[in-house]
Amino acid sequence: MAVTPKPVDLTTDLGFLKLRNPVLTASGTFGYGLEFEPYLDLDKLGGIVVKGLYDKAREGNPPPRLVETPSGLINAIGLQGVGVESFAAKILPKLRQLKTAVIVNVCGADDDEYAAVVEFLDKQEGIAAYELNISCPNVKKEGACPALSPRTTFDLVKRIKAASRRPLITKLSPNVTSIVEIAQAAEEAGTDAVALINTVLAMAIDLETRRPKLGNVYGGLSGPAIKPIALRMVHQVASRLKVPVIGMGGIMTGADALEFLVAGAAAVEVGTASFVDPDAAVRIVDEMERWCAAHGVAAVRDVVGTLKTA
Amino acid sequence: MTIDRNARLREVQSWGDHFRFVIDAPAIGRDARPGQFVMVKVSEGSAPLLRRPLGIHDADATGIELFFRVAGRGTEILSRKRAGERLDIIGPLGRGFTLAPAAKGRTAYLAGGGRGIAPLYFLARALTAAGAKPVIFYGGRGLADIPLRDRLEKAGFEVQCSTDDGSFGFAGFVTALVEKELARVKPAVVYACGPDPMMKALAAITAKHGLPAEFSLESIMGCGIGACWGCVHRIRNEGGDGWVKICEEGPVFPGERILWP
Ligand SMILES: Cc1cc2nc3c(=O)[nH]c(=O)nc-3n(C[C@H](O)[C@H](O)[C@H](O)COP(=O)(O)OP(=O)(O)OC[C@H]3O[C@@H](n4cnc5c(N)ncnc54)[C@H](O)[C@@H]3O)c2cc1C
Ligand SMILES: Cc1cc2nc3c(=O)[nH]c(=O)nc-3n(C[C@H](O)[C@H](O)[C@H](O)COP(=O)(O)O)c2cc1C
Ligand code: FES
Repeated sequence: MAVTPKPVDLTTDLGFLKLRNPVLTASGTFGYGLEFEPYLDLDKLGGIVVKGLYDKAREGNPPPRLVETPSGLINAIGLQGVGVESFAAKILPKLRQLKTAVIVNVCGADDDEYAAVVEFLDKQEGIAAYELNISCPNVKKEGACPALSPRTTFDLVKRIKAASRRPLITKLSPNVTSIVEIAQAAEEAGTDAVALINTVLAMAIDLETRRPKLGNVYGGLSGPAIKPIALRMVHQVASRLKVPVIGMGGIMTGADALEFLVAGAAAVEVGTASFVDPDAAVRIVDEMERWCAAHGVAAVRDVVGTLKTA
Repeated sequence: MTIDRNARLREVQSWGDHFRFVIDAPAIGRDARPGQFVMVKVSEGSAPLLRRPLGIHDADATGIELFFRVAGRGTEILSRKRAGERLDIIGPLGRGFTLAPAAKGRTAYLAGGGRGIAPLYFLARALTAAGAKPVIFYGGRGLADIPLRDRLEKAGFEVQCSTDDGSFGFAGFVTALVEKELARVKPAVVYACGPDPMMKALAAITAKHGLPAEFSLESIMGCGIGACWGCVHRIRNEGGDGWVKICEEGPVFPGERILWP
């Protein structure tokens, strides 16, 4: 006989932002959100993190921009996309109609551009928070990104936090020696949360031609292949920081997402999975709910940070 | 755009490493237009991870047909599916061919290189229904690369084949065959799908003859729905040249807008 399971409380409180559930879509893998309207009910998401925005529209890298590798995808898109003004004029008015939280992933080719993007967006309504993408190559520093050192991370986060009226989530890169040091620098600089991981620097080679398979030579690896790395980093960071952690990297199922919560993430972002199944994020919410119901977990937040190491 | 997770593979036909699938997918079939494509899931797990783009070979109210050649792991897995199995398909996607240039009673040339023949069957049917006269040019390296020739002829289309090795039909590239025929009959429009070098050569030929032409481009696709910006091609726009997502604005583009590498 089928037993009707008790409803599971999926609400997630990040302190500065309340979400209907802990599942957001990861930046760069969900377009500007509207592309997905034919495939799922956007209001069922905990939140949408839109594609990274620079001040001006960006050209992006020459193709090939994608290569599939075992259980993963390497991308070198080069952050092609519209600039902030076009986003605010054409896309934001539609996103504002949604009940789900809209978070803007902020990019910059140098610290001034990050500041300019935030300054402009601060004047717009309908944005719940900023996600600071500190992995953008800096044009003035031979392409090094702020995420690479605690110092540059601290300086950028401090500046943007002071300049902006909205909560700030700092998105961390896994391509560093100590993820904890960088996360702590972001926390000291006043970030309201950290999100990790961005893609893992990678490459693929065509043996026959001995050429790189990507136009840009290097790219960022995402998908199930990076999940174990992401889980480890989320656990390390969540164990040391006071601010909430948003976890991501290779989440394909509700079980994957719950593992990130166990490791200490308060919420998760779904990335590459949305390419395979445009409705993946909503399916993942449903799967999390079912798992909780089946395991007698009344609220999904009760799973957060429950890793047993003894 | 529909996600059909329960599309039943009704029939499989094969010629060596080429396969034709007849699939029950009414919602996709009803909306499909010639030149559009679908994204097909090839595995349940993450090996391979991404869906594969395939052109719509034919469509009606009951579903769609696909025609593909095994190119690697994904298409190889797909080729092992049997009638009765279920497929997970998203479509129809992208913008297809414009039929308008081939008005009633006028001739249209359709040039397919290898697996590029796939969307041209559906196009030829639509052109015929609109009263135009499609002539199909079908080329491959050898006889084994042009398995659809009987099917095209049985459907009543005028078909001219070419093989690079001369094993069947015109000996040489399909582009040379088209150029030869252009001297005889000038069509109202040329449509093409095939490898980049073939389409690039054909773009030069049609431009030289001042003929309108449309080409279906290929790219590795991450999503097929405009979300990843992975599938770009250099395209001429009013505002200047740029990298354009072919899954969204294409895969079919007018010849004069395509900037070939
Ligand atoms: C809009 C569109 C429509 C297509 N329609 C058809 C069709 O009707 N019939 C057909 O046989 N093929 C079609 N293709 C090509 C087909 O998608 C690829 O052959 C397939 O994705 C290869 O997957 P695989 O796993 O078998 O090979 P892989 O192991 O992934 O790749 C094998 C080789 O194919 C190349 N490749 C991979 N993906 C693509 C791709 N999307 N486009 C072109 N080359 C690729 C790789 O670089 C590699 O050289 C189409 C492609 C596009 C973009
Ligand atoms: C095609 C693509 C584009 C991306 N663009 C961005 C971006 O603009 N900003 C950003 O912070 N992260 C970007 N990412 C990283 C993802 O948001 C995410 O951190 C990463 O892919 C790991 O999650 P996943 O394995 O679930 O995809 C991008 C990833 C992919 C695959
Ligand atoms: S395949 Fe993702 S944008 Fe075209």
